[in-house]
Amino acid sequence: MKKSKQPVERELGERSFFSRIEPYLYLLPFFIGITVFTLYPVINVVLMSFKEGYSHLSRSFDQWGFANYQAVLSDPKFTQAIGNTLKYVLLVVPISTCISVVIAYLLNQKLRFSALFQTAYFLPMVTSVTAVGLAWKLMYNKNFGIINYILSFIGIDRIPWLENAAWSIPALVIFGVWNIMPFTIILLLSGLQNIDPQYYTAARVDGSRGLRIFFRITVPLLAPTIFLVCITNTISSFKVFSELYPLFNGKPGPFNNLYTVVYYIRYAMMENRKYGIAAAAALVLFLFIFVFTMVQLLLQKKTKKR
Amino acid sequence: MSRQKISKFLIYAFLTLGGIVMLLPFFVMFTSAFKTTQEINRFPPQWFPSHVSLDNFKSAFAMAPFAKYFVNSVVVMVCSVSITTFTTILAAFAFSRLRFPGRSLIFSLLLSLMMIPFEMLIITNYSTIVDLKLWDTIPALILPFTSSIFYTYILKNFFDSVSDSLYWSARIDGSSNWRYLWKVMVPMARPSLTTIILLNALASWNSFMWPMYVISSDKNRTLPWGLQVFTTEAGSHPELLMAASTVVVLPCIVLFLFARKYIVGGVARGGLKG
Repeated sequence: MKKSKQPVERELGERSFFSRIEPYLYLLPFFIGITVFTLYPVINVVLMSFKEGYSHLSRSFDQWGFANYQAVLSDPKFTQAIGNTLKYVLLVVPISTCISVVIAYLLNQKLRFSALFQTAYFLPMVTSVTAVGLAWKLMYNKNFGIINYILSFIGIDRIPWLENAAWSIPALVIFGVWNIMPFTIILLLSGLQNIDPQYYTAARVDGSRGLRIFFRITVPLLAPTIFLVCITNTISSFKVFSELYPLFNGKPGPFNNLYTVVYYIRYAMMENRKYGIAAAAALVLFLFIFVFTMVQLLLQKKTKKR
Repeated sequence: MSRQKISKFLIYAFLTLGGIVMLLPFFVMFTSAFKTTQEINRFPPQWFPSHVSLDNFKSAFAMAPFAKYFVNSVVVMVCSVSITTFTTILAAFAFSRLRFPGRSLIFSLLLSLMMIPFEMLIITNYSTIVDLKLWDTIPALILPFTSSIFYTYILKNFFDSVSDSLYWSARIDGSSNWRYLWKVMVPMARPSLTTIILLNALASWNSFMWPMYVISSDKNRTLPWGLQVFTTEAGSHPELLMAASTVVVLPCIVLFLFARKYIVGGVARGGLKG
């Protein structure tokens, strides 16, 4: 194939000056944006995290060093932020994945009204998290909220979802699970559709039914997708911020007890004006994301080889 | 047979119940948008408003410049989506079809940049916007979102699937790369482009964190950020807040009802959240 192209290229004057610079002209508009707003910021944030005593007004700093990292890691607010973020991830990811596997499995059956079901389950994906969060805040209302009303049927007393420090994490997690479910279901559905139907036919011939098929065939064959979903959800849950903002009027929790890593970055930058600290915190966040991305890449390579 | 019927029934019952739970926040939002202050502060909650009127919407739009927010959101979305689409088409074509040294190396470096969270770039981008004297202006919301590695990756994948012979026969017929791109490739790529444009438009419309950092004056706010600021003013009137939220959410829902397949297909390929 490659050899046959060359004469054509020569005939078309592919060696002219214009044809040599043409690719760069196509790439120029794209690379202006990428360089200024992605590439340069990546390099800059790494450098900034090592600048001690950085002042954002004069752009000067005292010396290079690890002071920002020391400050971040010894700040109780940041330790709290890491703790809350980990709690959030460890709750949201398994809960959303378990529910989504079941729902994706059921949605994958031949159903009537499947368009209707899909719309219901996928809708939260396209709507503004911060706007819907305000509706959740209303639902969580201790006195008039619909959630406490429904819980009163099974004899549960009014829960102070948003007023109490201990209940604020479950409130955030439930909203977070709801929010991440559509994305999770969609990825799992596309995984399910890749399973060869012959496996099901064979299982049915052997006399297996319902739950047995689900646990012996669907779940094992879906395992690579489930794992991938867990990792992408872990990465996106590490960045939890927009779910938190509307629930507590922009504050991280009722008593500022729900700092997350991204909230901490905002706090260091906008309230304390300590860009170096914010940069160091951002790099800690990146470290977590980097580790999980590497696991994901390794896994994808493995599944591709099969 | 009857056993099968029972299990079918259970599946439908389960999915319906789950669907109701998923839609509940929207139900609460839309019904509350029409309730009065008394109706919303009632226990047990009143499911539906007694009267349907647009009063809450009128009050909300009178208390905060939501019409202005709406226009700002539309302007930012249209500008950022059209510029991004343009840069994406050109770059995807170059990476897929044109030859230059280091092409695949540069492309894989770009792909590795995709794992960088936007949260990490905000610190520098904020300073850049301040330096450019664009802080608290509409262009500040557009400029950082004019090129996307992810969308370029999706479109390049599609371009790669088009056969070589089509390209070479067009070139022999005297077509330039430019003409071939816009007359042949772009029309062929319409489904991929639709997906890209829809995902991009949704992301732009719902964008919250970046406007929060760079916009401070009321006249430059976009809907999601304006809505959160409105929560302080509307403090004791959640019905006004729900009316305003409905304005933010409804366009996306309508879009989703019409273009579900494109949006779901795009999300299945790896992303919506940025």
